[in-house]
Amino acid sequence: MTFMADVHSNAAAAAVARRKVLERLRTTDGIFRGLTLSSAYFVLILLGAIFASLVVGGYLAFKTFGLSFLTTEVWNPVTEQFGALAAIYGTLITSAIAMLVAVPISIGIAVFLTELCPMALRRPIGIAIELLAGVPSIIYGIWGLFFFAPMIQQYVQPELIATFKNVPVLNQMFAGPPYGIGILTSGLILAMMVLPFVTAVCRDVFETVPPVLKEAAYGMGWTTREVVRNVVIPYTRVGIIGGVMLGLGRALGETMAVTFVIGNAHRISGSILAPGTTISATIANEFTEAVGDIYTSSLIALGLILFFITFVVLALARLMLMRIEKKAGA
Amino acid sequence: MALDLAKYRRRRIRSTITVALCWAASALGLTILGVILATLLYKGLAGLGPKVFTEMTPPPGSDGGLLNAIAGSLVMTFAGVVVGTPIGILAGTYLAEYGRYSKVSSVIRFINDILLSAPSIVTGLFVYELLVRPMGHFSAFAGAAALAVLVIPTVVRTTENMLLLVPNQLREASSALGLPQSLVIRKIAYKAARAGMITGVLLAIARVSGETAPLLFTSLNNQFWSTNLNAPMASLPVVIFQYALSPYEDWQRLAWTGALLITAAVLTLSIAARWLSSSRTQQ
Repeated sequence: MTFMADVHSNAAAAAVARRKVLERLRTTDGIFRGLTLSSAYFVLILLGAIFASLVVGGYLAFKTFGLSFLTTEVWNPVTEQFGALAAIYGTLITSAIAMLVAVPISIGIAVFLTELCPMALRRPIGIAIELLAGVPSIIYGIWGLFFFAPMIQQYVQPELIATFKNVPVLNQMFAGPPYGIGILTSGLILAMMVLPFVTAVCRDVFETVPPVLKEAAYGMGWTTREVVRNVVIPYTRVGIIGGVMLGLGRALGETMAVTFVIGNAHRISGSILAPGTTISATIANEFTEAVGDIYTSSLIALGLILFFITFVVLALARLMLMRIEKKAGA
Repeated sequence: MALDLAKYRRRRIRSTITVALCWAASALGLTILGVILATLLYKGLAGLGPKVFTEMTPPPGSDGGLLNAIAGSLVMTFAGVVVGTPIGILAGTYLAEYGRYSKVSSVIRFINDILLSAPSIVTGLFVYELLVRPMGHFSAFAGAAALAVLVIPTVVRTTENMLLLVPNQLREASSALGLPQSLVIRKIAYKAARAGMITGVLLAIARVSGETAPLLFTSLNNQFWSTNLNAPMASLPVVIFQYALSPYEDWQRLAWTGALLITAAVLTLSIAARWLSSSRTQQ
C-alpha cells in the first residue's frame, strides 16, 4: 500500500515539476520572441526617428527660407543667408563623374572575374577588390589630398586645359587654373570608392546567368565579347542597374574623402576643375563651427535633403535587385 | 556557305580588344589598392615608433603620440558594438526565424538594406539632435550611440543570411524532440550559424572603427587623456581629419601614422572575417 502511495505522490510531484518546467519554457519562449520582434521593429523606428530628427532640426531653415532654400546659391554665415543649391549641385556632379568613371571599369572587372580570370586567381583578386571597399573613407581623403590631388594638378589638369583650350563648351568645362583639389578630383576619388561596390554586385548578378545560355552561345561560335554583350548583360540588366544605383547611393552620401579634396567653396562653377562643395562636405566642415540656430538648422536641412535623395536612390536600387533575385530563384 | 574571313577576323579583333580592356580594368583596380597601401606604408612608417602608443596627441611643434586617440577609438567602438550587436542579432533572428515570410519582415528587410548604405554623416546629425543637443555637450556616449546605429544594420543582414543557411531539418528534428522554438533557435540554429554571425560582427567592427563622419559632432575630439564617457573623447579618425588638414608638418606625419594604424586594423579584421567564413563553408 505504501509503495503505491509513493508511486502516486511521485507521479503527482513529477507532474507538478513538469508543469513548472513547461511554464518556464513558455515564458522564456514568449520573452525571447518578444525581444526579437521588438528589435526588428527597432530598425523601422530607427529610420523613422532619423527622418523625424532631421525634419525637426531643419524646420527652422525651411520655415525661414521656404522652398527658395533649394534654389538659392548663396551660403553666407555672416548675413545668415543660406541656400542649398551649390551643395546639391556639387553632390550631383561629383557623383555623376564618379559613376561615369566607375561603372565601365566595374563591369570590366566583373566580366574579368566571371569569364576570363583563371580559376586559381578568382578568389584572391575578388578579395583584393573587396578590400578596396573596406578601406575607410578617411584614408581615401588623406591619400587624395597628399598624393592624388598633387598628381592630378601636375600631370592631368594642365593637359586637360591645354587640350580643350580651343574647343567650345569643353574649354569652359575644363577652364583653369589647375588647383589640384576640386570637383573632378573628388569625382575620381569617389569613383575609386564605389568601384568595389558596383563590381561586387555585377559579379554576383553575372554569376546568376545560367551556364547553359553562355555555353550555347559559345557553341554557336560567338566570341567572348558577343557572349558578354548579347547574353550576359541583357540577362542581368536590371541587376546591373541596381548595382549602379547602390554605388550612386554611396557616392552621394560619401563624406570624408570628398571633404578633403573638394575645396569647400559655396559656388557653382562651370568648370569641373574648380573647387566646389557637396552636402556632406559642407556639414562635415561647418557643423561644429556653426554659430546661431539658423546656421545649424540650415546644415541639418541639408542633411535631410541628402537623406531624402539617397533614400530614393537606394530604394530604387533594392527594388531592382529584388527583381533579379526573384528571377534567379524562379 | 562561304566563310566570311574578313568579318570573322574583325569579330575576333573586337573581342580581343574587349578582353584586353577587362584585363586592364582589373589591373587598374589592383593598382589603386596597391598604390594606396604603398603610400600609407611609406608615409605612415616614417612616424611609427613606440611614442605613438605611449604619448598623448601633442600641440603643434612638439613631440607626441596618439595614445588618447587610439584608446578613445577602442572605447567607443567597443561600446557601439556592445550596444548594437544584441539588437542586430535579435532583429536578424526575427527576420530569419519567426517572421521569415511575413509582410512586416520584408518591409524591415528593405528598410534595413537602406540603412546599411545610408550616409553615415546623417547618423551623426541624428545623434546630435537626439543626444548632444538635449544633453548640452558633446560626449563619448553620443559617439558610441552613433556607431551603434551603424552596427545594427550590418549585423541584422549577416545574422539573417547565416540563419537562412541553417538546414530546416535541424530545426524540425529538434522541435520533434520537444524543444520549444526559442531553444531551437538558441541551442541549434545559433550554434550552426555561429561562425557566420561572428563574421558579421567582425565586419561591423571593421566598418565602424574607420568611421569619421558620425563622430565629428557627437564625440568631437579631445586633446587630452580622458576616460569620462560623458565628456568629449578623441578618436583616431577625427584626429587624422584634424591633423591632416592642419598646416603643421609634425601633425600631418602623425595623421599618416594614424591612417596606417587604422587601415592595418580594418584590413586585418576584414581578412579575419573572410577567413573565418570561408573555413566554415568548406566544412
